[in-house]
Amino acid sequence: MKKLNRRDFIKLGSGSVLAGTAAMSIPHVAIGAAKKVVVIGGGAGGTIAAKYIRQADSSIDVTLIETHKEYYTCFMSNEVIGGDRKIETIKHSYEGLKKHGINVVHSSATAVDADKKVVKTAAGDSFSFDRLIVSPGVTFKDGAIEGYDTAAEEIMPHAWKAGHQTTLLRKQLESMDDGGLVVIAPPANPFRCPPGPYERASQIAHYLKHNKPKSKILILDAKDKFSKQGLFTQGWKARYDGMIEWVPAAETGGGITSVDASSMTISTDFDSYEADVANIIPPQKAGKIAELAGLTDDSGWCPVDLGTFESTIHAGMYVIGDASNATGMPKSAYAANSQAKVCAASVVASLNDQNMADPSYVNTCYSLIAPDYGISVAAVYRLAEDRSKIAKVAGGLTPGDASADALQREVQYAYSWYDNIVADMFT
Amino acid sequence: MLKKLIAVCALTAVSVCQSLHAETDSNTTMLTNTCVACHGNEGNSNGPAIPNIAGLSPIYFIGAMLAYKYEDEDQLLEIIDGDVDFEDVEAFPRYSTIMGRIAKGYTEEEIKLMAEYFSAKEVVRPAQAFDVTMAADGKKLHEKYCEKCHENEGRSADDDTGVLAGQWQPYFLYSMHDFSHGARAMPKKMKNTLDQISSTVGHTGIEQLAHYYASIQD
Repeated sequence: MKKLNRRDFIKLGSGSVLAGTAAMSIPHVAIGAAKKVVVIGGGAGGTIAAKYIRQADSSIDVTLIETHKEYYTCFMSNEVIGGDRKIETIKHSYEGLKKHGINVVHSSATAVDADKKVVKTAAGDSFSFDRLIVSPGVTFKDGAIEGYDTAAEEIMPHAWKAGHQTTLLRKQLESMDDGGLVVIAPPANPFRCPPGPYERASQIAHYLKHNKPKSKILILDAKDKFSKQGLFTQGWKARYDGMIEWVPAAETGGGITSVDASSMTISTDFDSYEADVANIIPPQKAGKIAELAGLTDDSGWCPVDLGTFESTIHAGMYVIGDASNATGMPKSAYAANSQAKVCAASVVASLNDQNMADPSYVNTCYSLIAPDYGISVAAVYRLAEDRSKIAKVAGGLTPGDASADALQREVQYAYSWYDNIVADMFT
Repeated sequence: MLKKLIAVCALTAVSVCQSLHAETDSNTTMLTNTCVACHGNEGNSNGPAIPNIAGLSPIYFIGAMLAYKYEDEDQLLEIIDGDVDFEDVEAFPRYSTIMGRIAKGYTEEEIKLMAEYFSAKEVVRPAQAFDVTMAADGKKLHEKYCEKCHENEGRSADDDTGVLAGQWQPYFLYSMHDFSHGARAMPKKMKNTLDQISSTVGHTGIEQLAHYYASIQD
């Protein structure tokens, strides 16, 4: 039996004197329990989805499940590694989100029952949902680099999740002697924050130039090209000439294959390198809970409808941010922010049986080469008509001939970008 | 355009106007959501280099976005001439680092929706540091040179000029740099005024104005 739904109710309600009586005759709407949304993951995607759902419809009950009580942003963490920024400045709490009426639960989501529509946590609690949004970020592919296990992570940090790993890499750089070799090993595509390894190389070079100028940085890439490559190469030449050497995959037979943490050895098919500091960024896949919930495909990422971010595997479950396969958009914090807003609109529309607005997406990503040398990439996107792609309609990179003043401004814009995106997430 | 919308409302059934004004429609929200991660909630920026865009006049907002979108002045003029909603918009090409790349992604109709939305938002003037003496000197300069067009201590958006009161200092200084170096066009009146300021008090005058506008925080 099709009951009169909320949309019909609104239709009746607007411009009709029957509004009052209509409301009386719809127990489905009047006494139904609040619609429940559970969001897993309190990062750049999850915080925004939770908040924007509450802002759009405060009758929806929203629970945000996040393991950590404090969140360290990956964005700007390279400045911590370079030494210009204190780790405290990238630490944020979830208190602000509670003011939006979001039920913030600090535990790990351990299982999703798709049939019963229940999320279970490590603390033993269960949360039922009408809609589930999964925004777990990334995890590392097991065994992708021989010898790189959780013990090795403490010796050769990835620093690809901010916090302890960030400060660990920073401390290693501080302890290193002048003349040391820093090896950075970025993964193949796709991975979180495509320009990140190269901004990191810049920030480390900035530190070494002023403190340990005889040192070198070797980037053993698993790729033959990388994000903002022309701009980075130009910036490195202008500021750190001769300090950073980038080795494309073609020259090593595909990047690194194994590490030996006890001897600080990093190997490719052709060569071995002994590093003083090693930053190994392993290949990635969707965060663990996405896989446990059955939301991933053979690629390790989550296929979604690109206009709603609803999983194409499980209806009623949505995946946003790095974990999703958002064809056309990079895995960036800003992309996750934008996807979360589209997803929130879609979830609210579907719970209220309304049509959602045409999705609009944006990405803005800054990289800091030096304290007065910033570069950026920006794009505005629309959904392709056949929904096969989030298609870029405008955007581009910092021009190669940008003035010193422009590059300096981009740094200040990057800092203000940070101030605003974290305010969007946490206040 | 805001005025026009209100005029339309006066002639139309009340329910239609409620749907226009009582609540932001979902298409507008979808669009403005793409702005606020950089420009702050409702356009009130938390970062000092990125301007507040809340409470601007829609005409000013549209003028800025069109200038970013159409960097060629002739094209900009053509677009403005071609749309009755733009009849009060003046073409002042302006330099940007990133907005030129972003503005090209939005249609004129979308820019109008954004302008409507942010113009209706209340300005939250940020707490920012300022020098009391500089601000006092800036106040005098403002009253002498700027108040005529930037009324009510630079709070007013009524003349379709930029809102200055409470604007972030670094952003204000970038803008003034661009005006005085020819990277951003301005009305003749303003150019004459700026020339007077620079010939009498020089760049210090601009800094004093920046401190004054930063000092307005309520």
